[in-house]
Amino acid sequence: MKVGLFIPCYIDQFYPQVGIATLSLLEKLGCEVVYPQGQTCCGQPMANSGFEHLTGGCNDLFVRNFADFDYIVSPSGSCTLHIKDHLHVHDKEDAATHIRQHIYELSEFLTDVLQVKHLTARFPHKVGIHQSCHGQRGLHLSQMTELVAAPYSKPQQLLQMVEGLELIELSRKDECCGFGGTFCVFEEAVSVKMGKDRIADHEKHGAEYITGNDVSCLMHLEGILKRQQSKVKVLHIAEILNAAF
Amino acid sequence: MEPTTAHKEHAELAEAFNKDEARVDWHDETLWWVRQKRDKMAWTLPEWEDLRETASQIKFNVLGNLHDYLLEFEKNAQLNGATVHWAADAKEHNEIVLKLLKEQGVQRMVKSKSMLTEECHLNPFLAEHGIEVIDTDLGERIVQLAKEPPSHIVLPCIHKKKEEIGDLFHIHLGTPAGNADPKFLTAAARLHLRKEFIQSRVAITGVNFAVAETGEMVVCTNEGNADMGAHLADVHIACMGIEKIIPQRKHLGVFLRLLARSATGQPITTYSSHFRKPGAGQQLHIVLVDNGRSRQLGREEFRNSLKCIRCGACMNTCPVYRRSGGHSYHNAVAGPIGAILAPNLDMKENADLPFASTLCGSCSNVCPVKINIHEQLYQWRQVIVQEGYTKTSKKASMQMMNMVLSRPTVFKTAGGVGRWVMRHFPGVVNNGMNPWYKQRDMPAAPKESFADWYKKNKTAK
Repeated sequence: MKVGLFIPCYIDQFYPQVGIATLSLLEKLGCEVVYPQGQTCCGQPMANSGFEHLTGGCNDLFVRNFADFDYIVSPSGSCTLHIKDHLHVHDKEDAATHIRQHIYELSEFLTDVLQVKHLTARFPHKVGIHQSCHGQRGLHLSQMTELVAAPYSKPQQLLQMVEGLELIELSRKDECCGFGGTFCVFEEAVSVKMGKDRIADHEKHGAEYITGNDVSCLMHLEGILKRQQSKVKVLHIAEILNAAF
Repeated sequence: MEPTTAHKEHAELAEAFNKDEARVDWHDETLWWVRQKRDKMAWTLPEWEDLRETASQIKFNVLGNLHDYLLEFEKNAQLNGATVHWAADAKEHNEIVLKLLKEQGVQRMVKSKSMLTEECHLNPFLAEHGIEVIDTDLGERIVQLAKEPPSHIVLPCIHKKKEEIGDLFHIHLGTPAGNADPKFLTAAARLHLRKEFIQSRVAITGVNFAVAETGEMVVCTNEGNADMGAHLADVHIACMGIEKIIPQRKHLGVFLRLLARSATGQPITTYSSHFRKPGAGQQLHIVLVDNGRSRQLGREEFRNSLKCIRCGACMNTCPVYRRSGGHSYHNAVAGPIGAILAPNLDMKENADLPFASTLCGSCSNVCPVKINIHEQLYQWRQVIVQEGYTKTSKKASMQMMNMVLSRPTVFKTAGGVGRWVMRHFPGVVNNGMNPWYKQRDMPAAPKESFADWYKKNKTAK
């Protein structure tokens, strides 16, 4: 199984350790992983700002980089969702369709494709899961509190395989953190307030770490945590699932 | 030229709302409590998701056959003895109502809650013509006394604390200063409104559902104020948007179960009143209003927004609405649904609203008629940019971003330079010009990007 690793632009630039953990985890689980050099971004920052018409260059590049893989895996629910929903290239629509149908966010790739049943990871800490909205409500990584439906959670399923890890309950299981792409700067006041409230919920329930499937949300929360000089830290789920004995 | 609007934009109004953080917390908690009540009620019905799907399909049928249903409704309403008026826009609606009021020679009348009349700005229009409207929904009466628009379609004064309401009542209704007991204030409002009901010869009501098959209308209230007004007056004027039609009476069994559960977490509104025929010696007028609805019907990607039954569930669940307040949306209908309806009414004035969202999608999940609200927010953003209602600075930054992100070598160089600058001259980004930095630290800038690391550690082998 040939897996193409898609590392979104801001992870590449600011959180290389998340990319490294993702790669290491996939290799540990027996995947043949290739990171196509020359990848940049899914195009979502432009598209969500109303400039989807400018994303042709990014789409083209994406198809060129990822058309030849059985699966494309990314440590970001949001970027994965964007590709799934919006990747189209006029003269390479077959390749684009293949990618849209075979791109997975990391945790759903582990639970649904690799069907991972156990992991050799240890992380003896109290951890809260921040359900990033695009992964949850877009990719259905876990059940949503608005719906009358049976509960499930792919990230939780994986975290429960980690030795010593204690998941904390939150008062609001799936409230948005307020990152929202360019929303975080154009609607700075509301964005930060949402982030502060999200953090307060984790702190109230004794979390030492906030984890999630999207570094973008975690980057926003980390920015506030650092400003508040909080002891709570953020870690992408790949970093915990890859945490060594 | 930069687009300019008659009002401040959502982000600025929301920032002002956030100056008082304790109040934001209170507003957020209050609405979250309503959301939780809604959840509890939804979970009492195992068939909840089927009900939503059914409602959505019924409305889909209505929107596809609106012309037939409207004519059927008109015919049956006329057979019932009602007079039906057609208004193409807000202006025509207001003029029809004014003409009816002039015929009656009234200078003062009662009105129960109708978001349509808010949308048409009926109250100020009538005031210009010397006619005073008394809003009889308690929440609406409160904001009316405060000379404010409603901040929420179901809970018009949800932004007001009881102490502020006590002060308003003291000034306007003469209640004792400092008394903020909700029971006492409600009783005072009841006495005040009763006088208005008894004296009013005309009553305006909104309409929740209009049944094509029977020509009847259903008006849902918790206070019975629509009934009180309509039954006591000689003339009942019911104002409704053309999308309020449902095909058959039996469909109420779907919508009435969804409406109050979604809105306030009640199994049903206290009063679900059916108005079919005018009483002896009374007149019943129905004003059918388009005001941009047929235009929205013609926009395929936004058509489903007309399924809305005005329950307000999307507002209660919206993490942005809860923390920015209804007035920050500067539109009769606030929140996520308002943000997809308003650009149709005036794209330039409301170009900011589809951006007042993180696209979290919670709104679409609570919507009882399954409107894909967050997807429509995304679509409106595209339309607004295409139509040119974007600031030049934003356009330039997006073009720059695209230039960098679609060229791997430029991206690599820009990233490397950017991180180098951040490490050596943090003041370049850590300053007041950077909205990220205002209340958040910037992420650390590592020496190596992932691509650098990969090249060094994986490809050399």
